Amino acid sequence: MRWIRRHVLDGYAALALLYLFVPISVVVAFSFNAPKGRFNYTWQGFTFANWEHPFAFPGLSGAVQVSIEIALLSSLAATVLGTLIALALVRYRFRGSATTNLLIFIPMTTPEIVMGASLLTLFLNWRIPQGFTTILIAHIMFNISYVVVTVRARLVGFDRHLEEAAMDLGANELVTFFRVTLPLIAPGILAAGLLAFALSIDDFVITYFNAGTTITFPLFVWGAARVAVPPQINVIGTAIFMIAVGGMFANVVFQNRRTRRLA
Amino acid sequence: MGRFLHRRAWVTPYALLTPGTAWLVLFFIFPMYYLGKMALSQGLFPIFSFNWAWGNFSDSVSAYSTQFVRSLEYAGIATALALAISYPLAYWIAFRGGRWKNLFLLLVIAPFFVTYLIRTLAWETILSDNGIVVRTLQAVHILGSDGRLLATSAAVIAGLTYNFLPFMVLPLYVSLEQIDHRLIEAASDLYATRPASFLRVTLPLSLPGMFAGVLLTFIPAAGDFINAQLLGTPQQYMIGNVIQSEFLSIRDYPTAAALSFVLMGAILVLVLVFARVLGTDRLTSGAAA
Repeated sequence: MRWIRRHVLDGYAALALLYLFVPISVVVAFSFNAPKGRFNYTWQGFTFANWEHPFAFPGLSGAVQVSIEIALLSSLAATVLGTLIALALVRYRFRGSATTNLLIFIPMTTPEIVMGASLLTLFLNWRIPQGFTTILIAHIMFNISYVVVTVRARLVGFDRHLEEAAMDLGANELVTFFRVTLPLIAPGILAAGLLAFALSIDDFVITYFNAGTTITFPLFVWGAARVAVPPQINVIGTAIFMIAVGGMFANVVFQNRRTRRLA
Repeated sequence: MGRFLHRRAWVTPYALLTPGTAWLVLFFIFPMYYLGKMALSQGLFPIFSFNWAWGNFSDSVSAYSTQFVRSLEYAGIATALALAISYPLAYWIAFRGGRWKNLFLLLVIAPFFVTYLIRTLAWETILSDNGIVVRTLQAVHILGSDGRLLATSAAVIAGLTYNFLPFMVLPLYVSLEQIDHRLIEAASDLYATRPASFLRVTLPLSLPGMFAGVLLTFIPAAGDFINAQLLGTPQQYMIGNVIQSEFLSIRDYPTAAALSFVLMGAILVLVLVFARVLGTDRLTSGAAA
């Protein structure tokens, strides 16, 4: 009886994991499809052509480039701003910390469509033309909260004695911060940066409301979904997926090595 | 608190906070103010004048009550399904994952690095009329020979369920993983059966994760318009579709802004009710454990 129960759970978990990968395998498989019409919905035949010419579709390479630029800039900015907030929240007691916590929490519980729409009205009121800059502003905004939460989790589990030891050995605060604190929380900061990059490159809703005529990769897919779905979209999607998973995998390995080395 | 804190002047935390919080105030709080002002304005694009037009709220809610109810209904069902899929999975990773826990978590998150829209388009392929799912369901007579999945409520709910799964699995995993195994052992030492110790120990201790997971799934699902647009028809349109088209096609900003606020308000009320039902005291005691 116990054996059955144990394996029912194993089976359920295996099925759930399998379910998670069903659409992904479709995306990957259809990147090798040779569709006859404009839509890449039915399997027609195997080809490497889409991978050999991933940008063989007008406008696609520009959209991917915009997405990568925005993801890099916004994740960098949000990681700096968010890490500073996380340091302040974990390391100091000060008036207004509860309000700050609330300010971090609320954007994560606001529907994206409301955030996108409210930014649209802001830019309209301030007469800021929508485009690359407004997308960047929006992405930095929604990424900050996620960075704070990720870095804070790392800081909370931090052994303060290491800093005290450094200072006892004569290091001043700045040296202690850069030689002890920063290297120890670096994996958390790296994870936060990766998360921010992923959220930015994937964002559709907020971008859609604030893009003007600028086109990011998700906006390109949205536009394409109405008139034609070229298999190149699957190629780019698969490539982003593999790069992101590779990055995460490297981060896991890096952290494991670190903990082993420090242990 | 270490010396790091004591030596610093009281300004240090504010210096660290200011750049980031200023950004949030400028680009999160200010926009909400302008959205509120817009919700109480009247006029035609691009000229809207603010005149406390409270009628916008009642007008827009009565005009789109169907889509409102549908959004909450779809999001509610999708959240329940996501919980049913995620809880056993998170439990399995936390208690049976062993040293591969991180790898399994990576597997849970990995699919979500394929762009949201592409994932949803993949569901469109899977659920399409000539796809394997429809063919199989027709073969076993669950679906009629002209039955379809695409363009039905089921397809939209399936898409919503799938698209927000990591937001359910991760918080559940975190709270299950933190549970002190000695508590469960103590329960069985005290002759609790396995179901009893699950119901009396594990489940209550995982409530904070469940609460977070339900919120993080329900909120984006209730405001979503992509699944209804790609997997449904106007008969399945949710409030997100209405807000989107009011803003970007019809350009009736006051109506769209009012709808956005009602959506936020409805979500807030449901969250508070949900917190009350789940019991805030139990939640906090669970978080403390």
